[in-house]
Amino acid sequence: MFDTSNAKKLVEVRDLKMHFPIRSGLLRRVTGAVKAVDGVSFDIYEGETLGLVGESGCGKSTCGRAVLRLYEPTGGSIKLDGEEIAHAPFDKLRRLRPKMQMVFQDPQASLNPRMTVAGIIGEPLSEHSDMNAKARLERIYELMDAVGLNRDFANRYPHEFSGGQRQRIGIARALALNPKFIVCDEPIAALDVSIQAQVVNLLEELQAKLGLTYLFISHDLSMVRHIADRVAVMYLGKVAELAPRDGLYDEPLHPYTQALLSAVPEPDPTLHDEANRIILQGDVPSPANPPEGCNFCTRCPKVMDICRKIDPEFREVKPGRFVACHLYAEDTNQTAANAAEPVGA
Amino acid sequence: MPDGATPFVLDVKDLKTVFRTRGGEVHAVNDVSFTLKPGELLGVVGESGSGKSVTMMSLIRLLPMPPAEIRGGQVMFEGQDLARVPEETMRAIRGARIGMVFQDPMTSLNPVFTVGYQLMEPLRKHMGMDKRAAANRAVELLELVGIPDARRRLGDYPHQFSGGMRQRVMIAIALACDPKVLIADEPTTALDVTIQAQILELIKDLRQKLGMAIVWITHDLGVIAGIADRVMVMYGGQVVEQAPVRELFANPQHPYTRMLLETVPHIKGARAEKLRVIQGQPPILAKAPESCPFMARCPQAFDRCAAQNPARYDVGNGHDAACFWDFKTGAPRDV
Repeated sequence: MFDTSNAKKLVEVRDLKMHFPIRSGLLRRVTGAVKAVDGVSFDIYEGETLGLVGESGCGKSTCGRAVLRLYEPTGGSIKLDGEEIAHAPFDKLRRLRPKMQMVFQDPQASLNPRMTVAGIIGEPLSEHSDMNAKARLERIYELMDAVGLNRDFANRYPHEFSGGQRQRIGIARALALNPKFIVCDEPIAALDVSIQAQVVNLLEELQAKLGLTYLFISHDLSMVRHIADRVAVMYLGKVAELAPRDGLYDEPLHPYTQALLSAVPEPDPTLHDEANRIILQGDVPSPANPPEGCNFCTRCPKVMDICRKIDPEFREVKPGRFVACHLYAEDTNQTAANAAEPVGA
Repeated sequence: MPDGATPFVLDVKDLKTVFRTRGGEVHAVNDVSFTLKPGELLGVVGESGSGKSVTMMSLIRLLPMPPAEIRGGQVMFEGQDLARVPEETMRAIRGARIGMVFQDPMTSLNPVFTVGYQLMEPLRKHMGMDKRAAANRAVELLELVGIPDARRRLGDYPHQFSGGMRQRVMIAIALACDPKVLIADEPTTALDVTIQAQILELIKDLRQKLGMAIVWITHDLGVIAGIADRVMVMYGGQVVEQAPVRELFANPQHPYTRMLLETVPHIKGARAEKLRVIQGQPPILAKAPESCPFMARCPQAFDRCAAQNPARYDVGNGHDAACFWDFKTGAPRDV
């Protein structure tokens, strides 16, 4: 298990906000905002994989993109290797780009169909390095070997490859400039089960070999348990819980994490009979109009009066375990603490 | 039994479906046979391209023909062979005696009609109900699938419902005419896990209330483990293994099933350091298979697998597997 005690922080995100304006009326005036990411803070240590999980619309992909500054964040700070990127000017940002890369969900949509594999993998090299054509081709071959693509296919086009192979092309492109940090946004969601394992194993091998740091965004909680060292759970634009992997899966603290984990169907019929499922009622509220107080209060099975009034603070309740829930506040009433006992104990 | 002496609601034998494309033929379904008992939930698992959806779409003849062509086989349902009945008869069966639920509720609901209209349409067409009776039944159905404030919501359009609620509407439409068989094609794949859990609970509950037989197509072994009575695993357009659910998970007998169960990570229990990988790609089905379709990816493959496509061998406990290797004896089968 990854030891955070003497590891260096590679990425530090503080109170990151990404609001998208809602415009309406004839003059397209701004009448509201979709608070896709609304005050998110976390660190990613060098060499670790931070899993970012949540349901669709919770803001996990927006968060991943904002961290790489593919959006202009509304507020907050992002530091990569000590350098502020949330508000950096473009020339500085361009200098930092080679350090941080992204692997996208849909390899079909994120690869230019008119470019050959060599062209796709070589593009970051021609943009950000002064390699000559020969050195570049050498590097392209090296990258193709690293991700398990046959060198002979360098002049083929993306449509000639299967989904899993296309994702390998996307990974090779992300690796081209020797990045330190890669955001993997649902890299396996579009792949079949038997191909998912191939890609996940490749990502793990590359991490071990190259010392990469990943932000692994996924809705697949079982796969995140496999690949991540620490896991952040997002709900409606906020991080509900952040904890080391084993702690989170063995003993989830936040009621949302508990419900989310219990909803995952386990591929074992005997476990289904004894499973005590928490079935959440209703749907996720709109991020344009989040509820007052805790954003989970409309569906929370352990909701209290305070939850409907005050937004709980995201704080460290045990070493390394952060949670935003009134059940774990120091000064809430005794009943709340008791209610928390069976989970927290 | 009025529909012959069969104990099955659905009895499919040697179904073959071929697509004719510009690049040649694609043999998507190759001699698929299975049965469905009244009230049973049959899970159909497979990866994309394994032929699971095409099989089910073939038997209710919901494929565009051409390019699709049903080249052989028999689909016995209520004493009739659905592969041969005229299209008119088929239309009376589809949506009435056999209900369907598809993966994406947004694309299978018509956005320009109200939910009420779409619910009442099968009731009026198939059951000959008048408007008032159909409306009352529609309210009943929406209540059955757990949509609050049902009468008011009849006038709403699909976009006014959330993803989970839309899938509930789809289920209500499928149940409208009290079908004997419900075919559900990846009905929870587009939904989030917490919403998926709600829909799975609903289906379990409805099965008890209504007692229909269900064919549940999915690629998610976890969903199958929780809901199915019996499971059929498909690969390369064929059924490679079939067994009661507990038997299949405890005692898989086809190398593909065995590897598939090992490639998926678990949410509880021991955590594997490295995931098992099935090397290679699924086959391209340009012609009817003469060898085992899984051969190229199979660690167990030997010379016989290249020469012959294995039949489904009965291994006891209502379990069969299409493999020449016998995992119980650890040797090739001597048949």
